[in-house]
Amino acid sequence: MDSSVWITLALTLKVAGWATAINLVLGVAVGWLLARRRFIGREFVDAVLTLPLVLPPTVMGYYLLVVIGKRGWLGHWLQQTFGINLIFTWQGAVIAATIVAFPLVLKSARSAFETVDPQLENAARVLGLNEWAVFFRVTIPMAWPGILAGVLLVFARSLGEFGATLMVAGSIPGRTQTLSIAVYEAVQAGQDDTANFLVAVTSITCIAVLLAAGRLAPGQRAR
Amino acid sequence: MGFDVDIRKTVHSARRSFDLRVSFKTRARRTVIFGPSGAGKSLTLQAIAGLLRPDEGRIAFGDDILFDAAASIDVPARRRRFGYLFQDYALFPKLNVRQNIAFGLSPGLRNPSSHANDEAVDRWLRSFELLDVAAQRPSELSGGQMQRTALARALVHSPRALLLDEPFSALDLELRERMRAELDDLLQRIDIPVLMITHDPEDLEWFGDEALYLRQGVIAERPAPATRRVPTRLTGNHGDHNDACVDGPAASSMKPWPLAPTN
Repeated sequence: MDSSVWITLALTLKVAGWATAINLVLGVAVGWLLARRRFIGREFVDAVLTLPLVLPPTVMGYYLLVVIGKRGWLGHWLQQTFGINLIFTWQGAVIAATIVAFPLVLKSARSAFETVDPQLENAARVLGLNEWAVFFRVTIPMAWPGILAGVLLVFARSLGEFGATLMVAGSIPGRTQTLSIAVYEAVQAGQDDTANFLVAVTSITCIAVLLAAGRLAPGQRAR
Repeated sequence: MGFDVDIRKTVHSARRSFDLRVSFKTRARRTVIFGPSGAGKSLTLQAIAGLLRPDEGRIAFGDDILFDAAASIDVPARRRRFGYLFQDYALFPKLNVRQNIAFGLSPGLRNPSSHANDEAVDRWLRSFELLDVAAQRPSELSGGQMQRTALARALVHSPRALLLDEPFSALDLELRERMRAELDDLLQRIDIPVLMITHDPEDLEWFGDEALYLRQGVIAERPAPATRRVPTRLTGNHGDHNDACVDGPAASSMKPWPLAPTN
């Protein structure tokens, strides 16, 4: 095995790790909003944010190019203002993976927050805690198994993200080529050994993550 | 020190809307708001605790105004300094007994550690006979231990009054009898006003120095039974609901209560 496989693996873990970290924060925040705040268009927002789950990743990739590409409104502004270009970079791959995997943590976090007994939060309020303390000391600990299960699914999904990543970040070996794209390239080039190894690494990682997510899902705790 | 409440709140649910129009004053050591389920007892108690915002009106404790819609005053629940005993105790399931009791003593973003030594917590653990179960979680406790833990948690930071939400409704008959006597004994030891809501006439008998009858969202004026030692002062202004109010306990089984608790 040449060292490029390990570089690819490291890059994939980096992209998936960032996508997971961003989704943890976004998923908790938006999941809580959708679970606990009443506002007009709440279910519409939920539906729009769930779209990446059902749309083909290439369609998501196209939307992303329209927004953050060189001629996209956000991409153009970033280029002009900060000289930042996201297309064909690993940061672009992070954005693609983050958006495609976001519905997984959103769904888990929202249902986890919905099952937290509001009476426990009220008990904390009466005991003198402000809303931030209630959130971090009661709400988050109670919802944590569900949130964590969602976060692990996000990690697994980000590891395997292909379509949107390819469109946004391309397939530059050592820079933007992730595992799933490397598998595709290896098969195209007839490098069966490399493909077999990459497939095995991806499968084992994903199975481990899914096992962990299953154990942590609400109602399935082995205690 | 006593409660002075005059509030209105309309609550909408999927099928109906409910009008709460509660008005009363009490100076009694122990006040019981008595009424059938769905009468608005819990809403009233939540409004007093600051967990439910009335549409209009005023809530005061002694000279301290907690809520006044006209003056835009709404003291948040965390600053009202009431102890609140929830119907199902609402103990934090992932914290042990010691952490549950210490919960309100540290207002920061972190929960108390599982073996934190705090003098006040130790004192309540000892006096409520909870030292043996201090390291256990709520799911491992008996009903009586759960209630004592919840009470200790409410009392550890010296509230100025105690609010009790149907404290025995979740228990079977035998345990309910025993816990009533136990709570009565505990309340004798603490020198703060108590406001209890209940639908059980027995609670009214045991704890109602003063009784308020709540039905369909309004306090119904009702004369105290003749044998009652403590006069009942009601300021409810919805006397037309008098006939509809629920029967109180039989006067013959009335239990006399000392006016001042023995400390």
